[in-house]
Amino acid sequence: MDIDVRKTAMLARIALTDAEAAELQPQLSSILGYIETLSEVNTEGVEATAHPHDTAMPLRANVVTNSNRRDALQAVAPKIESGLYVVPKVIE
Amino acid sequence: MSWEVVIGLEVHCQINTDTKAFCGCSTAFGAEPNTQTCPVCLGMPGQLPVLNVLAAEKTVLTGLAIHADINLESKFDRKNYFYPDLPKGYQISQFAVPLVERGHLNIPTADGEKRIGITRIHMEEDAGKSMHEGLDGVSHIDLNRSGVPLMEIVSEPDMRSSDEAVSYLKQLHQLIRFLDVSGADMEKGQFRCDANVSVRHPGEPFGTRAELKNLNSFRFIKQAIDFEVIRQIELIEDGGKVVQETRLYDSVKGETRSMRGKEEAHDYRYFPEPDLPPLRISQQEVDSIRAGMPELPEQLRQRFETEFGLSPYDANVLSQTRELADYYESLAAAHPADPKRAANWLANELLGRLKEAGKDIADSPISAHALAGLLARIADDTISGKIAKDVLDAMMLSGKDADTIIEEKGLKQVTDSGAIDGIIEEILDANPEQVQGYLDGKDRLFGFFVGQVMKASRGKANPAMVNDRLKELLAKRG
Amino acid sequence: MAYQSLSELKTRLDSGETTAVDLARLYLARIEAHNETLNAFVHIDPEHVLAQAEGSDNYRKKHAARPLEGLPIAVKDIFCTQDGPTRCCSNILEGFEAPYDAHVISKLKQAGAVLVGKTNMDEFAMGSSTGTSAFGPCRNPWDIERIPGGSSGGSASAVSAALTPAALGTDTGGSIRQPAALTGIVGLKPTYGRVSRRGIIAFASSLDQAGPMTRTVKDAAMITAAIEGHDSLDATSVADAPAVDWLGACDKTDMKGLRIGKPAEYFIDGMNPEVRKAVEDALAACEKLGAEVIDISLPHTKYAVAAYYVIAPSEASANLSRYDGVRFGHRCDNPQDLLDLYTRSRDEGFGSEVKRRILTGTFALSSGYYDAYYLKAQQVRTLIRQDFAEAFEKVDIIATPTSPVPAFKLGENMDDPLTMYLSDIFTIAVNLAGLPGLSQPCGMVESMPVGLQWIAPAWKEDTLLQAASAYESATDWHTQTPSAFGGEA
Repeated sequence: MDIDVRKTAMLARIALTDAEAAELQPQLSSILGYIETLSEVNTEGVEATAHPHDTAMPLRANVVTNSNRRDALQAVAPKIESGLYVVPKVIE
Repeated sequence: MSWEVVIGLEVHCQINTDTKAFCGCSTAFGAEPNTQTCPVCLGMPGQLPVLNVLAAEKTVLTGLAIHADINLESKFDRKNYFYPDLPKGYQISQFAVPLVERGHLNIPTADGEKRIGITRIHMEEDAGKSMHEGLDGVSHIDLNRSGVPLMEIVSEPDMRSSDEAVSYLKQLHQLIRFLDVSGADMEKGQFRCDANVSVRHPGEPFGTRAELKNLNSFRFIKQAIDFEVIRQIELIEDGGKVVQETRLYDSVKGETRSMRGKEEAHDYRYFPEPDLPPLRISQQEVDSIRAGMPELPEQLRQRFETEFGLSPYDANVLSQTRELADYYESLAAAHPADPKRAANWLANELLGRLKEAGKDIADSPISAHALAGLLARIADDTISGKIAKDVLDAMMLSGKDADTIIEEKGLKQVTDSGAIDGIIEEILDANPEQVQGYLDGKDRLFGFFVGQVMKASRGKANPAMVNDRLKELLAKRG
Repeated sequence: MAYQSLSELKTRLDSGETTAVDLARLYLARIEAHNETLNAFVHIDPEHVLAQAEGSDNYRKKHAARPLEGLPIAVKDIFCTQDGPTRCCSNILEGFEAPYDAHVISKLKQAGAVLVGKTNMDEFAMGSSTGTSAFGPCRNPWDIERIPGGSSGGSASAVSAALTPAALGTDTGGSIRQPAALTGIVGLKPTYGRVSRRGIIAFASSLDQAGPMTRTVKDAAMITAAIEGHDSLDATSVADAPAVDWLGACDKTDMKGLRIGKPAEYFIDGMNPEVRKAVEDALAACEKLGAEVIDISLPHTKYAVAAYYVIAPSEASANLSRYDGVRFGHRCDNPQDLLDLYTRSRDEGFGSEVKRRILTGTFALSSGYYDAYYLKAQQVRTLIRQDFAEAFEKVDIIATPTSPVPAFKLGENMDDPLTMYLSDIFTIAVNLAGLPGLSQPCGMVESMPVGLQWIAPAWKEDTLLQAASAYESATDWHTQTPSAFGGEA
């Protein structure tokens, strides 16, 4: 299987050095090649399993349970100004 | 050859719950940045979503109101993209199996009622806000809105003009307000619209569409669509081709602008949200939500016509918002003698004054009870309708009740026949030529005398009594 | 005393023969002595450990002892803990301290346990060797030139060398059972949904499950009893899960009437023949205990690894998008623009195995490939579940080798990811089906431990514990300990 490593890495927002990309290319191709053995299986009409058990989603009450913990939650943030997260300019 | 416009609309509507879609954070508007966040809506490691029951119920209610099918089993998916206001790097959204499908809304058009199909309503979570203005090279991120529940209401491409699009949106907006499923305040971003616009020659397949974004008022929606339609037609007529793209509406320049194929770069990689098993809702639960369905605008209009004998016009005006309808019902209850008069005074007098003052019925300085007090004074002939308008003006300004104003300003109508006779005699004495003219058969002069008498009484004389007495006293002079 | 089981230590604590502080000192001293060699722990705060132990001793003076009162338990670095760093052994979580405890951590604290520290693991639990850790590889106490397995290799190594009497791990494709097997201890992966995932750093959400790694089957039951239970803040935590008599199940000493399935697909030519023989000997022992061994087939087994390496990386690719350098964790220096912030922070923060998995998952979900990869894998997952469902109509439990080979040498297979992936061949299907599985020691090959894996129907952990307890009571593999670390092998 041919995989465009650069394009995939861009989708995943991972910069790769040329050396990394060169190393990953054959590894990913071999992994994807192995995965393609799945095509041997006849899955016509077989339902997809997304969750191991057949259960329904529980719901939560519409009740506010959280108070302001901004300081504690932002203590681990790389860059904060006036309670706001700071990133390089987002271009619209 | 003529052109036909094809429009489909996607409305993102904030569901008015107390807490976010998947965590216990408050959704209150206007809090200090990032003070309504928690590890879940910040996307911190190991944190998991649990759906707010009310968000699901309100989506079902909306689905029922548009006569749609409710999927008793619906699913959530992850929509993957990186953006600083999207903490997890994916948005939880219903992609493959939405909660609501196949509904419709009837809209009024110049050619009568038209049915607009609604493909689906799905639930999803909102993103935070990025702020750039006044910042040098950086953006600031506020995640208070991150995780707020949204309904995305997707229409069929059934609209054929910008007017129809606006009509659909107004109708939908009204419905959503009546259902109390959203504040739907466009300025607060609680009701946001994207428009898919294409053109074609009638009978041909759909043309390539452009998706217009950033349409945050009814006016802009119309302007953006009108601009885009002309752009597309001119492009095609000049031999060009419309490309499928997202275009941003610039309300300052009044034009739409390409976001340079940004869409193509997106590959959202939707897949089932493994943290959330399917949402299952029983038919009994759906029935119980249906049983709690509030009265909708259409039903309200009909009831106003039959119960209060209102004209279709007044019934329509008074059913525009739930608040207005509630006001009218209180007014009619407090003034049972004449619900049509009540409608008339509310629709024509109070609403006009509120509009001038830039106010909504909800912040009217005159309560339904107070307005009924004014109507009672008209009914019992204490004041005339004309004087009542002055009293209403005074009520708007001072907030005092009608009786107080009538008393303070001495506006009480003169119903004492002796006093009225005195005024009439004075007027007749002062206008002997007109009296003679009337007696000679110029009946039109009767109005002149009425006017003079009313003027002399500063409008306070009871008009009916003036009529009666004037006829009698004129006859005496014959 | 270091090599005693949790239940033996508990007896000593209850009788007043020892104290929580004594135990804490004992294991802290062993960690001090051996961790440099093994690299089993990546974070230890001795003062905090002693403070907890003192707290427990004080509690015991005033109240009835709680189920795990004063017992030292280590946890994998994947569990968020409020006191101290949580790194998931990744550079991307540089400087991260969780402002919350994982649900199971709260439960351990409520049960009176003393948390001894964070154990080494493959970065984001992606690996089978504990060789992808940002803190360097962990070693196997039976032979420090060999891997302890993974991804919960630090927990396995620590328990195996008695640096702690018990530990928590997580298991997405075998990450509790395989290292347990390779280090000669017991590892239990509960039924998916039995234990809350909240506060456990997600790898693959539909597969991850936390569980104990211990010296004995009963110890595993004690810990599972403490950490299991519904959590209303984890939508995949099952509210009406059938209850299990955790400790009662461990009293079993025979296998009378037990029907054990022996799946043909788990006894294959490519595996180490001595491992195969060890497991077949174990099954013979089970027959002597009264069990009936029945040949069965799980025909889709050979596709489990391929399905897993679509599903797990796909889920992981999304789960790891949150590490973007904005709200926590590593941010690159002087980002030129937003894209640079993302791509460089993530390139610098993630190790190569994590990148491989993110890229595999991203590709499998991408436009044009979804049906052939992701959807197909989910359908195969259904067939694998059905295989088990059909098998469990004929048998009560299934027995297999845990790993096809004993622990391999450090660095082996590191540049060949596919071969590494195939070493999970016997454990992965259990996660895809959401079933409970347990590995216990059943032999030695090349002087290295071999694991016997038990697989039960969903929610039937009691069947696992009964079978494993009976086997344990009849054999002494679990008593063997690595001599280089004071054991008695």
